[in-house]
Amino acid sequence: MSLPFILFFVFALISVGGALLLILAREPIHSALALILVMMSLAVLYLMLGAEFIAAVQIIVYAGAIMVLFVFVIMLLNAGTEERTDFSKIAKYAGLPLGIFLLLELAHWMAHSLIGKTPANGAGSANVMVSTRDLSMQLFQKYLFPFEATSILILIAILGALVLAKRDE
Amino acid sequence: MSVVPISYYLALSAILFGLGVVAFVFKRNIITIFMAIELMLNAVNLAFVAFARAWNQLDGLVFVFFVIVVAAAEAAVGLAIVITIYQNRRSLNIERVDLLKF
Amino acid sequence: MEFVTQHAVLVVSVVKIVILLFLSLTTLAYLTWFERKVVAHIQSRWGPYYVGAHGLLQPLADGVKFLFKEDLTPPGADKFLYILAPFLALSLALTTIALIPFGPATIKILGQPTQLIVANVNIGLMFVFAITSIGVYGVALAGWSSNSKYPLLGGLRSSAQMISYEVALTLSVVGVVLLAGTLNFSEMVGDQSGYYRYLPFLPRWHVFPQCIGFLCYFTSAIAETNRVPFDLPEAETELVAGFHTEYSSFKFAMFFMAEYANMLTVSFLATILFLGGWLSPFPETWTFLQYLPAVALLGLGIYLGYDAAVVARGIARIQLIVITFGALVLGALCLLPAVMPVIQGPFWFLLKVGCLIFFYVWTRGTLPRFRYDQLMSFGWKLLLPVSLANLVGTALWIIFPLLVKHG
Repeated sequence: MSLPFILFFVFALISVGGALLLILAREPIHSALALILVMMSLAVLYLMLGAEFIAAVQIIVYAGAIMVLFVFVIMLLNAGTEERTDFSKIAKYAGLPLGIFLLLELAHWMAHSLIGKTPANGAGSANVMVSTRDLSMQLFQKYLFPFEATSILILIAILGALVLAKRDE
Repeated sequence: MSVVPISYYLALSAILFGLGVVAFVFKRNIITIFMAIELMLNAVNLAFVAFARAWNQLDGLVFVFFVIVVAAAEAAVGLAIVITIYQNRRSLNIERVDLLKF
Repeated sequence: MEFVTQHAVLVVSVVKIVILLFLSLTTLAYLTWFERKVVAHIQSRWGPYYVGAHGLLQPLADGVKFLFKEDLTPPGADKFLYILAPFLALSLALTTIALIPFGPATIKILGQPTQLIVANVNIGLMFVFAITSIGVYGVALAGWSSNSKYPLLGGLRSSAQMISYEVALTLSVVGVVLLAGTLNFSEMVGDQSGYYRYLPFLPRWHVFPQCIGFLCYFTSAIAETNRVPFDLPEAETELVAGFHTEYSSFKFAMFFMAEYANMLTVSFLATILFLGGWLSPFPETWTFLQYLPAVALLGLGIYLGYDAAVVARGIARIQLIVITFGALVLGALCLLPAVMPVIQGPFWFLLKVGCLIFFYVWTRGTLPRFRYDQLMSFGWKLLLPVSLANLVGTALWIIFPLLVKHG
């Protein structure tokens, strides 16, 4: 068991635990914190994969902005314990077998396929962090049009949020 | 650093995505359902980053960047909708928002 | 010992972390003394005076007081979150200090050469922003978990304020990133060395081309750390004490220390990004300036010695003698040829940080508090557009020569 493996399993367990907590918690604010936990441990995994810029963006935007917005709305609406109501019977009886099927398939595929054994670093790049410069080159040259499109999307989102949240006079 | 096989990351991604679906189906609070969507997006991002490293290409990372940006936009609009629903219904339970249901 | 030689990098890191943590916690304690003293003098008072000479033992007395007060938890509070919040606030505030480089020199700890920085990260600036962006949770959770209306209002206000001003804060710094072309702190400081070609007396600090960015940065930094005149989250006259109304004893002290640690981090960042970090503003040919740290410490020692001999009485006199002795020894140490080059960087760095901290306290002593709507419109309608314009201007300034050259 080498150090990368230990790190991977620790943070994988934390993230899965966080996701479970998100489901099991009854207060929305606890769910929100569990989700933040998942995001932080995923950021660590990104770092292990050499994507440090993405890790930082993950924390800044996801944990530091989006989730703050969630917590803010939970505080604003004073959202208490959630009510439990019946859910569909299909989910109850089909969910568990399907979940087990998914896990079995994953196990099979990890054990027997070629991709299951490829190290998560491409050949010849054993220990390299992706440089932010390369990433920005890619972003502003190859993906310039999608980049501009997302900026327009953001603009529309701002307007939409304004229109929706604005109180009628 | 990463001698961990890519399939481990992908499996984690799949499990997280599955848990996101479970949360999406089981939770009754609109805000929490919204969080379940974010969890699924995060799981997909992990797969993107893992693939980007496995094939040593940056496109996957750029896509993660876009996913994060779109998630931010989505959160802004979605939470505004949640606030409007709360103002109209005085409840965050998704079962109470059933005016279109026969 | 074998462990030390095998894991030298790890051990050296731990040693550095311990030293830095000790130094920064002491500094935090004495920042409260500094602030009270300066504000008192601005308002024609004496400030802390009775506990020790010049009130120098006041932080210690405060610490003891905090430790011995009853630790209250309000009924109906969310216990876990209530305890988590202050820990989150303080630990996040302290973590950022690990990313700050204090000088260019390489020192030897346990035979290992190492730099004056705990973690030299490629994208240090991004990480500092990542950590500070999570700092909001300390405040928001404290407000939520107290189960009381004033903390809730305070927490809501402060999270709204911190989200709003974070945007302006980040945007005002991007201009510097464009000029320096890096996100690493050490490289950023390296980029600021030397002088302008046509103004040979002006050091190439980013504060000169980026003066608008600097103003925006510092204003939003004051708001981000919830200080006067933007201290609405804890506006005493309206909200009792804002988000930490229900906190007592050491948890309250932790919020307090977190505020000062944030102040420190923001000043560190301003120094690195805009004020040339550890670089001296004077030309390298003025070699006599390397005696400056020693002279400053020895001067302080002589002044305090005079104070001890003539003014002070009783226990205060003994204390002053001890401090005098310490200052003189440190000053003499700074004269050693082995220490002198190492101390230059930290000396200038801390001098600049000290000036910024003084500016912070000065603002607190002189400005009245904003109204909430004024605060919001100031952040969104003035700071954000101005820092955006600054960013666009900087980008054009950089791209224009390239366009001319390449057609």
